[in-house]
Amino acid sequence: MILDSKIPAGPLAEKWTKHKFNSKLVNPANKRKYDVIVVGTGLAGASAAASLAELGYNVKAFCFQDSPRRAHSIAAQGGINAAKNYQNDGDSIFRLFYDTVKGGDYRAREANVYRLAEVSVNIIDQCVAQGVPFAREYGGLLANRSFGGAQVSRTFYARGQTGQQLLLGAYSALSRQVANGKVKLYPRTEMMDVVLIDGHARGIVTRNLITGAVETHAAHAVLLCTGGYGNVFFLSTNAMGSNVTAAWRAHKRGAYFANPCYTQIHPTCIPVSGDHQSKLTLMSESLRNDGRVWVPATVEMAEKLRKGQIKANDIPENERDYYLERKYPSFGNLVPRDVASRNAKYVCDEGRGVNETGEAVYLDFRDAIKRDGEDVIRAKYGNLFDMYQQITGENPYQVPMMIYPAVHYTMGGLWVDYNLMTTVPGLYALGEANFSDHGANRLGASALMQGLADGYFVIPYTLGDYLAQTPPKKVDESHPEFEKVKTEVKERIQKLLNIKGSKSVDYFHKKLGKIMWNECGMARTAEGLTKAKAEIKSLRAEFWKDVKVLGENEELNQSLEKAHRVADFLELGELMIDDALNRNESCGGHFREEYQTPEGEALRDDENFAYVAAWKYMGEGQEEELNKEPLVFENVKLTQRSYK
Amino acid sequence: MSWVTKTLSSTLGRKLVMALTGIFLILFLTGHVSGNLLLFKGDGGEAFNMYAKFMTTNPAVKLLSYLTYISVIGHVIYSIALTKLNKSARPVGYAESKASTNSAWSSRNMGILGTVILVFLAGHMYSFWFQMHWGGIPIVNYAGEEYKDLYSVVNVAFQQTWMVVLYVIAMVFLGFHLSHGFSSAFQTLGLNHKKYTPAIEAVGKFYCVVVPALFASMPLYIYFTS
Amino acid sequence: MKLTLKIWRQKNSAEKGGFVSYPIDGISKDMSFLEMMDVLNEELTEKGEDPVHFDHDCREGICGMCSLYINGKPHGPQQTTTCQLHMRSFSDGDTITIEPWRAKSFPVLKDLVVDRSAFDRIIQAGGYVSVNTGGVPDANEIPIPKKIADEAFDAATCIGCGACVAACKNASAMLFTSAKISQLAMLPQGQVERKERAEKMIAQMDAEGFGACTNTGACAAECPKGISLTNIARMNREFFSAVVSSDNL
Repeated sequence: MILDSKIPAGPLAEKWTKHKFNSKLVNPANKRKYDVIVVGTGLAGASAAASLAELGYNVKAFCFQDSPRRAHSIAAQGGINAAKNYQNDGDSIFRLFYDTVKGGDYRAREANVYRLAEVSVNIIDQCVAQGVPFAREYGGLLANRSFGGAQVSRTFYARGQTGQQLLLGAYSALSRQVANGKVKLYPRTEMMDVVLIDGHARGIVTRNLITGAVETHAAHAVLLCTGGYGNVFFLSTNAMGSNVTAAWRAHKRGAYFANPCYTQIHPTCIPVSGDHQSKLTLMSESLRNDGRVWVPATVEMAEKLRKGQIKANDIPENERDYYLERKYPSFGNLVPRDVASRNAKYVCDEGRGVNETGEAVYLDFRDAIKRDGEDVIRAKYGNLFDMYQQITGENPYQVPMMIYPAVHYTMGGLWVDYNLMTTVPGLYALGEANFSDHGANRLGASALMQGLADGYFVIPYTLGDYLAQTPPKKVDESHPEFEKVKTEVKERIQKLLNIKGSKSVDYFHKKLGKIMWNECGMARTAEGLTKAKAEIKSLRAEFWKDVKVLGENEELNQSLEKAHRVADFLELGELMIDDALNRNESCGGHFREEYQTPEGEALRDDENFAYVAAWKYMGEGQEEELNKEPLVFENVKLTQRSYK
Repeated sequence: MSWVTKTLSSTLGRKLVMALTGIFLILFLTGHVSGNLLLFKGDGGEAFNMYAKFMTTNPAVKLLSYLTYISVIGHVIYSIALTKLNKSARPVGYAESKASTNSAWSSRNMGILGTVILVFLAGHMYSFWFQMHWGGIPIVNYAGEEYKDLYSVVNVAFQQTWMVVLYVIAMVFLGFHLSHGFSSAFQTLGLNHKKYTPAIEAVGKFYCVVVPALFASMPLYIYFTS
Repeated sequence: MKLTLKIWRQKNSAEKGGFVSYPIDGISKDMSFLEMMDVLNEELTEKGEDPVHFDHDCREGICGMCSLYINGKPHGPQQTTTCQLHMRSFSDGDTITIEPWRAKSFPVLKDLVVDRSAFDRIIQAGGYVSVNTGGVPDANEIPIPKKIADEAFDAATCIGCGACVAACKNASAMLFTSAKISQLAMLPQGQVERKERAEKMIAQMDAEGFGACTNTGACAAECPKGISLTNIARMNREFFSAVVSSDNL
């Protein structure tokens, strides 16, 4: 199949305006005849559900959490980018577009990114109007900071809780529509499958997580706003419940999955402390503005540290290796996320890691405290330091922090066209669930921007265009296709419950995570990936033979919930490996050791790999089919990223 | 339901009644304790008896006293209603609770404190207020005018050890009740401000010690001096 | 560490529950409380017993999904969320009592999982500014003094976990409700619907069956986000001035 990205013709800056004009409209009186399903209530889902309900569509919104306000967008700390140029420092829509394409290592679609930059300014207006308490200057106007190595200050923030405040804003808009009767809310409800009628998405099958009831819901369109799949690694900064199930079910019903191997590893997370670890906690990367990253210069010294024979503060200056400052004199500790992460891995692989597991490096504030005083550092990072101390029991004002990279965000996702529609007509993917805007690497403070852009300002137009071409006749829930998918879902549930094996769901999840982290994490090799593929295949086979899911369907059953999700991760993991194997280049978050410059930097192959890899599901046990959407760059020049 | 009854039956409306009646009763206590200080005058009760007559005959004071009765009744009825509501909000309690780590004992036991004070109040009113109005009370003559000799009733009453002990204990309860009630009433009325709240709290702390202490000192004074 | 866990088990909202004690061994001080629960659940699963159900999601103290009344306090001995509580707060040999939030308005669904949708309905009653997407003024056309923005932010950090209700002897939801009313009452964006919001949200709070506030301060003392009691005072003001001046009969 030829992938049609439906990018409008014409100059970059006019594409979206033109496209909006050319999109068909649904008559206001007809809007109430259309039903829309929104799965997920994070930034993308809540903003989409609220905006569509405001327009007059009937929306059903689903989330697996007990309230829409819990969605994991809430955990984003840093901020949200917007090309407002309030700071008069030379920012513009084009610059935000340019930075995002470059930051994505030239693997994103120009037109999508430009639109994102264009609507970014509206997002800030919208959020402020909702009462989101952004940081302000003494004059009462909005404050900005520079973030993630950007050379302009375009990041709007609300202390270290920007995601929370933006999500609560979207949640309030959603709540208003619930009160208006335009949105029906289904919390503690998990989407189990999509229902297609004549090739169009016309509904979903869900499981009520309290009663276990498997139910069908019909609509004229289905929007998946279900976030990323970082939990395939078991340990990540994602929430415990974050999962790929909705996207993966859609994939198996015909939606292509794009660039699954693009994973962002965040360099400043609190290191793993033992086998019991369930989740990793991110420390805002703003810490790298003042903290200096180092490890001991020698392996011997590191071993002494690990054995507890010496302490970090005992190590003299000349035996410390500030490796980022040494290797990247001009960017130093502020190199992009992927570079910082990879270098932490290198020094730990050399045996110079500093904690008991040997997988941690220091982030040291000693010099900053000496220079600015403890009060200044406390004012800047107090809450982060407290959080660190709460988790590790160590006081970072006195001893250096320990950090290590962790999986944070997945740039890949369901393939969507310019309208955010997947390869299944009527099925859309928004936010982190789609692949569209970040290329191979996402810049800091861009995830919130994309989620809200998709939900508030893109989907209300593009969905209208689709619905205008769909008859407003109620979708018939008694159509045999609903019953068929419902039966399949029930059979799968029964199958999981009937295995009655000997190993818990977590056992498999942890094993999968280890394979993925070791072979498909920060650095990948063809050899390792090939080995991992075989391991995942056999792990999956073992899962379906030996997993132990207790209880029954007709109750609140958290093991069963997990089992569903892990079963899907076990399939997705293999596709990620296929994708990583296929992409014989290094770009952004995808680093293949075979493809690097003599200095050890990512080596892109624009000639052969400037495309989106969109994978088509071919059936149980079949290899997936690769489809390529070529990426055309007309407005930016492809260059090698360099931070020397 | 009109907006008035609707408001007064809401949780916040009921709290408002508690706060307003509470503040009125605090004002009443202030007046009551000031007047009763005449017991210390050592004039054989003349000033006190004249004050008692004034308090039972002056029409303005009468009006105030009706307001006081209403406040007491309102305070009690609304507290019962609120307690019932609050109890029903948690039908199953905790097996283990460390409430002492997050709140003051008195703030959690206003109902108990209040009940004890109410029982005391009934006895107190029977002993003096009822006697003053309808009891057989000796009459004294000051400057040709007749006065009910409430002072002698008080004097007799506080010769009895158990009475004195009871009064002192009751005042301890009153002190604890006020220690939460005083500033709580202001908080309920929404009068919470960086500048004034510390002052309100300080006055509350002072008040909850001094006023009950003064009240308690009266039976003690009479007991030990006569 | 070796511990004894005394945990409330309840099959569903219809059935009666009770405490069951579980001995547990090999707990490290570095574990978070919920990771300790994970260990227990792995052991229970191994033995073929139904794992203990509890709510949790982000495990970084911001989503508000985790709960648990631990040793007589919501979210346990520290003023933080349960997911941020670590086992170093306990000692070897301790018995830890774990109960669900207790309130009529938070019915137990299973074990330690309760239904907090009452909070959602309170927000739905008016915890928003009624602006549609698009057509709003430029963000900098609404200047807000930094102090006010900061104070509104403090109120807005509520994570809706319900610890305030759990801590309150009256199971009152006033800290939660007042945080949202306060945030929007302070900001210029919230002025248009200010009166109606206060009246409606408080009516909904009452309709959900939460208790009334008796100003014990337990809610604020236990709030993992440090939401202040001044918000309740502000809510009271908002409510009283709304009922006397609004035109709602």
